[in-house]
Amino acid sequence: MAEWVCRALRDGALEGEHAPALTIKDSIVSPLGFQVFGHVLSQLSTNISAGKSQSRGLVLVAFSRSPLYYVNLLKRRGLDNSSQQRIQILDCYTDPLGWREGLVECGSAKNLPHEVYKAASVCRNVKDVDTLLSSIISLGEGLVGQGKVSFSVAIDSVNEMSRHATLSSVSGLLNNLRCCEQISSIFWFFHADLCEERVAAVIEYMSSMVASIEPLIPFTNGHRGNSENLSLAEQNFTQGKFHVRCKRRNGRVRVMFEEIHVGQSGISFTSPSSEDGVINQVNQALLPKVQFNLQLSEKEKNDRAKVVLPFEHQGNGKPVQIYDGRKSLMDSKYEAAPASTVNPNTNDESSKGEIIYFRDSEDEMPDSDEDPDDDLDI
Amino acid sequence: MEQGGGLLDEALGDLSRRVVLLEDCVDTSAAFVLHHILKRSLSQPPHSTSNAVVFVAFAHPFSHYDRILRRLGCNLAAQRDNNRFFFLDMLMDCPDEGKNSDCGLIALYGKIQKTISALAQENNCVTVMIDDISLMEVAAKGSTNLVLDFLHYCHTLISESGCSLIMLNHKDIYSGTAKPTLILQMEYLADILIRAEPLATGLASDVHGQLTVKNRGIYDGHEGSRNKVSNFQFKVKENGVEYFYPGSKT
Repeated sequence: MAEWVCRALRDGALEGEHAPALTIKDSIVSPLGFQVFGHVLSQLSTNISAGKSQSRGLVLVAFSRSPLYYVNLLKRRGLDNSSQQRIQILDCYTDPLGWREGLVECGSAKNLPHEVYKAASVCRNVKDVDTLLSSIISLGEGLVGQGKVSFSVAIDSVNEMSRHATLSSVSGLLNNLRCCEQISSIFWFFHADLCEERVAAVIEYMSSMVASIEPLIPFTNGHRGNSENLSLAEQNFTQGKFHVRCKRRNGRVRVMFEEIHVGQSGISFTSPSSEDGVINQVNQALLPKVQFNLQLSEKEKNDRAKVVLPFEHQGNGKPVQIYDGRKSLMDSKYEAAPASTVNPNTNDESSKGEIIYFRDSEDEMPDSDEDPDDDLDI
Repeated sequence: MEQGGGLLDEALGDLSRRVVLLEDCVDTSAAFVLHHILKRSLSQPPHSTSNAVVFVAFAHPFSHYDRILRRLGCNLAAQRDNNRFFFLDMLMDCPDEGKNSDCGLIALYGKIQKTISALAQENNCVTVMIDDISLMEVAAKGSTNLVLDFLHYCHTLISESGCSLIMLNHKDIYSGTAKPTLILQMEYLADILIRAEPLATGLASDVHGQLTVKNRGIYDGHEGSRNKVSNFQFKVKENGVEYFYPGSKT
């Protein structure tokens, strides 16, 4: 299903539609969202560099990690420098408020001697959302040129953006990006518990797909992990539920989910195993709250499994008897005999209803030498 | 039974390029962990590069830390003279306070950056320590955003010069406040979270509290460390701290 999401971003926007937008969100109990963001980023970058996607370039707006981090991340995922030509990074990480520039200007500090990724263009005032928008679009146009060719946009932290700007300007930026004709797809990441519920709702409304990462087994007391459930906390570092809610064009909402595992080898998505009962939990969570019971209890399920349907073999040791029309009436009489010996006193045989059925297939056996289809006129 | 931080060091692992958050509460102070990391950062590492510490103190004067570290076997005054310990006393010197809207935090960042860039040329591994964030918030006139901006800039130093950032904050002063809180932001920022809590079962004479260390693994290709959550108890003594697993103390 993660693949499905990546495919949707790869395929891009239809003519006259807004670009598909993916929100990735997580919370502190299951902080795997950034790994998912990195996965989607590398998948889309691979598709773009292979020329398989609608977009021909990617603009990454880096708020929470340095551009060098992303360059190394993509390198680890098999994208070398030449493949990364199709990716432009807007650096909102190194100097988002212009502190460094101010310090260098007044001579109280100099730039660090260490290697800083030079290819990125630096944004020194993230509070100015309009300039941010125009630099994203101009970076994209620099990649693909003006015209019909489109590019994708990734934003690694909406939290950081909304910390510096008002909700209306952030949502304005996201909306303008979606509406932009040259943008083929867009995705962003945020921590849901770092912003108010209404902010999260606004951001989710603007996306066509919402991928949320939740703990595999939620804490029972609804509280964050304390020292009592260490193993649970440890498990939530590496595993989680990956919920995807997508809105179709006709308004239909589809909900899917998978399990995420993060390990030494990277991130992997597996379809949930029904044996551990997780699927039932999800089904229950997805069902609307109604007054009557749509779910069977464990006992009811067992009882239902015990009911023997009339066409099933009884499997109780007796020879299986299915009437095939070839038995003579004598047989059926013989069959009925033991019943009468068991209950000799009951004389209600006559009151029993009986259907005697003769199969009519015996009157007309197909001739072996005759082609059954010879009257077909082809 | 461990003396001298064996269990703690094992849970922390390598601290370079990492953000460590210490969370404590009124009942159980985590200051001893800060002192332990300070001592550890200053002690000579096995490899050739020498370590240095930039200490931003909002809570106590130099003499306080000097006295404690001397008991642990580390002479801060000597380290300061050797240019390996840089003490920024924010109690005494708040130069621009009241003048600028940034409450002197930009100037403070400038000082840290200057120190680190000078040290980085000598191939030092620098640890930046802040004691503590709640008082920095007070210095920033309660502006959470300003503190977060400052921490973000400190974070950029990590990715550029390979230093590490250790910060202390009090969890209980944020309890009951509406979300989102500063402490949650800091937990997201941290690679290693150390939480000091009193025992759930109440007071005990020979156990002073428990530490929970959540160490987020690094996965960068060939070398990576595993996610690890460890929990152990401690007893603070005159010249050190004793760490032991729950139930192992007789």
